[in-house]
Amino acid sequence: MSYWQIRLAGEGGQGLILAGIILAEAAAIHEGKNAVQTQSYGPESRGGASKSEVIISDDEIDYPKVTVPDVLLVMTQVACDKYAKDIARGGVLIVDAGLVKRLPDIDAKVVASPITETAIACSGKAIVANIVALGLLVELTGVVSPGACEKAVLARVPPGTEQLNKKALEAGYALAKHAVPCQREGGR
Amino acid sequence: MSGEVRFMQGNEACAEAAIRAGLSFFAGYPITPSTEIAESLADRLPRVGGTFIQMEDEIASMAAVIGASLTGAKAMTATSGPGFSLKQENIGYAALAEVPCVVVNVQRMGPSTGLPTSPAQGDVMQARWGTHGDHPIVVLSPSSVRETYDLTIWAFNISERLRVPVILLLDEIVAHMREKIIIPEEVSIEVRPSPTTPPGEYLPYAPLPGSDIPPMAAFGDGYRYHVTGLFHSESGMPIGKGEKAEHLLRRICQKVERRRAELVRTQVENCEDAELIIFSYGATARSALRASRNLRGRGYRVGFAKTSVIWPFPAEALREIAAGAHTVLVPEMNLGQLVLEVERALLCQCQVLSYSRVDGEMITPDEIERRVLEVLS
Repeated sequence: MSYWQIRLAGEGGQGLILAGIILAEAAAIHEGKNAVQTQSYGPESRGGASKSEVIISDDEIDYPKVTVPDVLLVMTQVACDKYAKDIARGGVLIVDAGLVKRLPDIDAKVVASPITETAIACSGKAIVANIVALGLLVELTGVVSPGACEKAVLARVPPGTEQLNKKALEAGYALAKHAVPCQREGGR
Repeated sequence: MSGEVRFMQGNEACAEAAIRAGLSFFAGYPITPSTEIAESLADRLPRVGGTFIQMEDEIASMAAVIGASLTGAKAMTATSGPGFSLKQENIGYAALAEVPCVVVNVQRMGPSTGLPTSPAQGDVMQARWGTHGDHPIVVLSPSSVRETYDLTIWAFNISERLRVPVILLLDEIVAHMREKIIIPEEVSIEVRPSPTTPPGEYLPYAPLPGSDIPPMAAFGDGYRYHVTGLFHSESGMPIGKGEKAEHLLRRICQKVERRRAELVRTQVENCEDAELIIFSYGATARSALRASRNLRGRGYRVGFAKTSVIWPFPAEALREIAAGAHTVLVPEMNLGQLVLEVERALLCQCQVLSYSRVDGEMITPDEIERRVLEVLS
């Protein structure tokens, strides 16, 4: 697949904009592809809807926004209710099982994993939930290689937090191995 | 193509390019969605020997930029709609006193405080006519991170060479979007014309023979002269109404008018045989390009054109681009601003239609395609 549309949605403070930047950098800098990252958020620095979108392609990217996500990560019930219907047939919906209780009935692979819970368990901090989610997403979809993802994470996170974030990323990869699709398999 | 590969935001590219162009003074008052420009420069500018000042407001920032430029510094400020409104008085001062400066306006939904984090292209006319009186101004509007880099450098070059304020008109999408760019290894950097006469003989507003731009001495270099927002003689001292005043106004406006041809930068695709051309600028040009390619792929004779220079408007260039078309459609995130200029340029030549969106969302390729198909059916 040469054109990926990925949307990460939740609320301000969950670090989803940063997760989108890291994913795009993994593709653009470390795998030599083209990538565009855009975002939409409210005036608040915490709380309020937040959305980060990434397009990864071998070709030039003109329209920079996601219309039909192949991969959708949602970290709040509101984001799940709002965006699940947009997902591509056979796409992948990833939800934080601790934060999203009602799952949609859609023609997609739905994976519910305890993302925030895992972040707290592996590091004591919910703040790395975005990195756990990133690891889970990368391992489930193969949109970028785990190696490229790790390089991108380590290049972006604040100095002194590399080990913490590496642990969170690995916890995300491990989560993918245990993730069981909640519903019927989608098209891919 | 061996330049450094970076993944950066439009705002960061603007800050990086400004430093590359020789920026040594930034004064501003941070405002969404332009804040990252001030943020980046607060970090980067002092490291390269420049000065960053966060002023008490946007009016003072613009004044500080003018003062710094008069000392010979390449100077810039960055803001968004509400701040751009405040800067207008001093932009007029810079235009009349012929002080080079670059003003970045990252457009968000207005009027007033509006929708602070949502994109718009509602400041097209304000960028041209926001300050009172006839005045020269150049307005550039990029569609990508790389183009933001290139146009920022060009903005400084134009401003320095012509001694005019240059507005870099971004929108929230291009400003906040991150893309991969390859930093060009070579860029051409221009500086303002400086006097060759000794201080005692220097007339600060007298162009050299054969030129319409006076050489500019830097304060502190021994040239004493008067700078004013009043109409002035070649010595810089105030004058009253009359022929000299008219001459001054005509000269400063013609600095830009006479260079219309060199201030054209367009991108054109599939327009030779197009019956309909989608003409756009800024972030919206990306949707227009996608829509035109999709429609071409389905066999429709649709072309794409965009301009990176909003003012002076490239009327002549557009007339040539649209020579064979029966319709030009102008999508923009406002209630129809640049379309007025397109109508003027193409009067009697072809039909001009506006496509507006003002809900704070980017125009999608889909909706442009639907509109084009309605027109063609």
